Amino acid sequence: MATPLLEVRGVVKRFGGFTALNNISLDVKPGERFGLIGPNGSGKTTLINCISGALAADGGRILFEGSDIGALPPHRRTRLGIVRSFQIPKPFTSMTVLENLHIPLEYAAHGRSAGAAADAGEILRAIGLEAKAHQRPAGLTQIEMRKLELARALAARPKLLISDEAMAGLSTTEVDDILAILFRLSEQGITIIMIEHIMRAVMRFSERIVVLDAGERIAEGTPDEIVRNQAVEKAYLGE
Amino acid sequence: MPQAARALLAGLVVVGLGIFIASLRINPYLYFAGYVILQYIVIATAWNILGGYAGYVNFGTPAFFAMGAYTAVFLIQTMRPPLPVLILAGGLVSALLGLAIGYLTLRLRGTFFSIATLALSIVLQTMIINWEFVGGSRGLSVIRPSGPPFGNYVTFLFTVMVLLAVVAVTAARFIERSWVGRGLAALRDNEEAAECMGVPTLRLKLFATTVSGFLLGVAGAPFPYYVTFVEPNSAFSLDYAVNALAMPMIGGTTSWVGPVIGAVLLGSAQQLATVTISSEMNLFIVGVVLVAFVVAAPEGILGLVRRLRGR
Repeated sequence: MATPLLEVRGVVKRFGGFTALNNISLDVKPGERFGLIGPNGSGKTTLINCISGALAADGGRILFEGSDIGALPPHRRTRLGIVRSFQIPKPFTSMTVLENLHIPLEYAAHGRSAGAAADAGEILRAIGLEAKAHQRPAGLTQIEMRKLELARALAARPKLLISDEAMAGLSTTEVDDILAILFRLSEQGITIIMIEHIMRAVMRFSERIVVLDAGERIAEGTPDEIVRNQAVEKAYLGE
Repeated sequence: MPQAARALLAGLVVVGLGIFIASLRINPYLYFAGYVILQYIVIATAWNILGGYAGYVNFGTPAFFAMGAYTAVFLIQTMRPPLPVLILAGGLVSALLGLAIGYLTLRLRGTFFSIATLALSIVLQTMIINWEFVGGSRGLSVIRPSGPPFGNYVTFLFTVMVLLAVVAVTAARFIERSWVGRGLAALRDNEEAAECMGVPTLRLKLFATTVSGFLLGVAGAPFPYYVTFVEPNSAFSLDYAVNALAMPMIGGTTSWVGPVIGAVLLGSAQQLATVTISSEMNLFIVGVVLVAFVVAAPEGILGLVRRLRGR
């Protein structure tokens, strides 16, 4: 079996006396479509913050392509290929959509060489935002904002894309739209971790799912196995 | 690079113009007033590198300005080196202070950062007040060196300030258009997102605070020779804090032109009011204009122009 792209080994994160993540371990294989689910407050976003570097874990190790990245600041992890999108879109508001993409292209993907402009246009076309290239993010709709979030993440040339609730609040057709984009990216060889509350989307997308509840890992398996899992049902619906 | 060459040429033309004006020997007061306006171009431009480009509002401008001035006073008291050395030394001390402030941004953002810089100014002023060697609270008379390279000392200082203003504006323009400027704009818009998109936010912030500090110190270093009497209340004057912020806000913070426009307009208005009405009108004018702009044109004059052109 290939070595995992991402290895999370016994990660612990506490906020004061509250344990948000208790000894969480998981592996993500190269090219995998990985789902991370759990009720609100179960620690999904905290785990993502530990992986992307926004939070420092209190214990455990995080390895990417075999090397420990626990001590690296977020921008270095981005340059290695771990790129996340945000649950609440965080565009660069003073820039146009196109300029938003130039930042990761310049800082994460290309070093400081040329060629960014062509790439930015290409990404926007692939995502379906090229018509809005010269608009400011303030004029975008919800779904366009989500697409910008994804497009900007792509501009950083990720090996591992972490999509944090990219579909929350979208309509059914919009969810399918985003899902189609993520499937295409997966086909291009990008490993994807999807965090999502929309079960229909996660179950369809993921090859493997890990379920968190109250900072504990309670289940792991294929979507079918997860649906039939007693512990998961209990976590979501109660006794 | 023809672009850089053109910028250099424009700078040289401005400096040449400054020397020409200095040689005219018009009413000496005009050189005094001109010096102050030029000094505010340096201050506003320096402030804007941190406040406008990076979005960290510094209320502690007087601290950096006075560090430049008092470094000069200390050196005049000890070694009496030539003016360029004073300017460089004043800039470096303030740059170090800027670097220290930069590390504050690790923990403090938004209003909290601003409050910390304000506190810094007060702490430093208290230290200077209790340091007899540089004059303490009574202040200190500074004797100008005899025989400036040309003209009298005031016209010479005027020319020096023209040069410093050109250096500051050129530096700001260069930063704005480089990858550093784009990274600063990204972290101003959203620091977390910028970091996640590969922008080394801490390093860029340290760069901005250091360069901003350096230029503020540079603006303050010739101050002792300009006023010939340095005391804490004038070196740490609230005017610097208010003007440094108001001038870029009025001109427009996202471009290097903004602070220049703001400094020229507001600086001239203040000088005019000082002569025609009273010296107390200074801050009053700034306050009224600033409120008007914040309400009616939050993106400053540049924003207004852009909006008018857009239609």
